[in-house]
Amino acid sequence: MSANGYESLLSRITSVRGVRGAMVVAGADGLVVAEQLMEGIKGAAVAALAASLATRLGRAMEAGGVGTGVFWHLQAERGALLVVPARSGMLVVAVAEPGVNAGLARLELLRAAESVA
Amino acid sequence: MTARAVEGWTLDPLTTFVQEAGARLVLLMTPAGQVLAQSGFTRAVDVMSAAALGAAIFASTTEIARQLGEPPFAGLAHQGERHGIFLAPVTTDRGPVVVLAVYQLENSSLGLVQLFFEQLATDLRAASPKGVEPKQVLAADFERELSDSLNSLFGR
Repeated sequence: MSANGYESLLSRITSVRGVRGAMVVAGADGLVVAEQLMEGIKGAAVAALAASLATRLGRAMEAGGVGTGVFWHLQAERGALLVVPARSGMLVVAVAEPGVNAGLARLELLRAAESVA
Repeated sequence: MTARAVEGWTLDPLTTFVQEAGARLVLLMTPAGQVLAQSGFTRAVDVMSAAALGAAIFASTTEIARQLGEPPFAGLAHQGERHGIFLAPVTTDRGPVVVLAVYQLENSSLGLVQLFFEQLATDLRAASPKGVEPKQVLAADFERELSDSLNSLFGR
């Protein structure tokens, strides 16, 4: 996928009201592949920690016999982290405000994950 | 995992880095290969090899950067099937410190190591002794210095 391809893909996610940033992250490395983030969000840190979390959650799901993760929504006090793992091993990540339309954001993340797969 | 230091000020930053980044082996050394601290190594001979190879890689990449008219590279990463290697310098008041970290891909990632390396660099700069001239090591003294460092690290 070209840089423009990633840009338009991330634009669809960040256009959802309440989404403060979106990233495509290499799941194995925890490195940012592409990002569109509001100022103040530490992209490299989110990417590294989200990828680490994804690896551990994946293992927990495997151990629990529930299959692979499809969508994770981590709600915090001041916002949320939404993650969809793509088949290619990439992660599509969104950083959102607490009141984000999670359903719509999820739909866009799933679409993006299909594209990067 | 036990971390040990020849220079005590490096120990806390190193311990924090090892815990946070999930690094398996870490070596702090001077660009000449003098060992300042280590974590995860069990044999002196492994530390000697790692320090020599790390210093050689650092010297090679620094020279490549110089020939390209670039400042020294900020970091170097190499990924194998099960392990990754990360090598990067930190400028401190004690002089430049080269960090060599080996991590297992199963437990860590380049992103995590890079992320917590930034914290390590900040911690090392804050902890380094101020107003101390970096000691020059003469070739004639190198072997004795290395031997002293290894004795200090492995308690022999």
